[in-house]
Amino acid sequence: MSHPAIHVANLERRFGDVLAVHDVSFTVPTGVTYGLLGGNGAGKTTTISMLLGLLLPTAGRIQMLGEDMLVNRHRVLPRVNFSSPYVDLPHRLTVGENLTVYAHLYGIRHVRDRIASLARDLDIHDLMKRLAGKLSAGQKTRVALAKALLNEPELLLLDEPTASLDPDTADWVRGYFQNYQCQTGATILMASHNMSEVERLCEHVMMMKTGEIVDEGAPQELIQRYGRQNLEEVFLDIARRPHAAVEAAQ
Amino acid sequence: MIAQASSSFTRFSWRRVGAMVLRYFYLLRGSWPRILELAYWPTVSMVIWGFITQFLAGNSSVVAQAGGIFLGAVLLWDVLFRGNLGLSLSFMEEMWSRNLGHLSVSPLRPGELLAALVVMSFLRTLIGILPAALLAIPFFGYSVFELGLPLLAFFTLLMMSGWAIGMAVSALVLRFGLGAESLAWVLVFAIAPISGIYYPIDVMPGWVQMIAWAMPPAHVFEGMRSIMFGSGVRYDLLLSAAALVVVYVALAATFFLYVFHVARRRGLLLNMGE
Repeated sequence: MSHPAIHVANLERRFGDVLAVHDVSFTVPTGVTYGLLGGNGAGKTTTISMLLGLLLPTAGRIQMLGEDMLVNRHRVLPRVNFSSPYVDLPHRLTVGENLTVYAHLYGIRHVRDRIASLARDLDIHDLMKRLAGKLSAGQKTRVALAKALLNEPELLLLDEPTASLDPDTADWVRGYFQNYQCQTGATILMASHNMSEVERLCEHVMMMKTGEIVDEGAPQELIQRYGRQNLEEVFLDIARRPHAAVEAAQ
Repeated sequence: MIAQASSSFTRFSWRRVGAMVLRYFYLLRGSWPRILELAYWPTVSMVIWGFITQFLAGNSSVVAQAGGIFLGAVLLWDVLFRGNLGLSLSFMEEMWSRNLGHLSVSPLRPGELLAALVVMSFLRTLIGILPAALLAIPFFGYSVFELGLPLLAFFTLLMMSGWAIGMAVSALVLRFGLGAESLAWVLVFAIAPISGIYYPIDVMPGWVQMIAWAMPPAHVFEGMRSIMFGSGVRYDLLLSAAALVVVYVALAATFFLYVFHVARRRGLLLNMGE
């Protein structure tokens, strides 16, 4: 039986009186790249955190790779990985040491070979003996990516993967994701507020605003529906006009 | 296939414990001042108490009767102290390096993290105490190893008492953030006055004695004095200490795991760090 990579139903997360995520439901089929778009505070990171189990939902259900994440999280985590510029690897360990530790945590069989292969692919060979805390933003992103790909995840969750990168490095990272997805058939869900990135990588986009998914569709479909030139204009429409999504649907 | 079969992820894994021990080993290996510091304070304490013992030896019948009583006490107290710090500082390292997020979305389970912290506490305690214990022999002619087999029991019980405190401290730091990190020192010194390290429990007021006997260190230090004053091994004290240690470690481990769950409920794992 084939399961969707992610199935979320009526997800809700409350922080005191603040409803950070409200009644969010979506399904991500396997082997695709989906985007979660929204401004700051829209609920993207909270949603991704709940998918990963870093944060428990107040209500709702999450299924990933056919397993209930609230019950069988540890069955799923070895097949999933995650990368975010906001979560660091230990600064006082070298890149090689960090990757070795995580390779063992993920139960990788041939640790050295796997790390060598990723080091080659991601061009981090020269960084292996450098302390993780001494890397530039671009180098950190490549190392974080190596960590995220150690277990060749079936499902890769990315939280603003190219934030704070220069355009050249960001472009290289996007290209790498595309190749990885093509070669492995993995599913990628990325939270971002970089519109060109989402337009380039994602087959389907979910637009979040104030904790809800207010619209979704393929990037081109959304652009047409809103009568705009690109996804950035759609994003601004949704962010600035309270009923933009309703009007676009009519 | 890159990773092991998925069934190996559904149960406790010593390999993941080993991965975390490796992580802390890398950290220690990368900084010789850290290794030096582990042995530095126990050695300084040993030297101070060694001279105090030499000074008192001619003036105190207690010290004359049981030479090295203070040295034995200070070394054993350091086992508890280092047991606590070895666990809680390793845990705080994850918070200082903002690594809990990555660890929490990896296959590592909280119980495995706890097991790795316990292993590191054991190793760090050995690194800290052994040099001081060995140096006491040529410096002051005192060997704590003369306590014989009971020393092993004292060492184990005190280190496990340190684990219980370390687990509680780690849980509180996880719950309340790094502002609570000083608890690693505060909590352990809070029980020092009622642990009977340098004096017998019966010098304390009755109600304080009741509290003291409710904690394992009092039983251990009374047991140590019994041997040093030639009254032999007090198995009753060893047994009561062991029973108490099991209870405290179980309670502290449960508290740690519960707070991990609370951290996921409250979103605390998202905002860890300096």
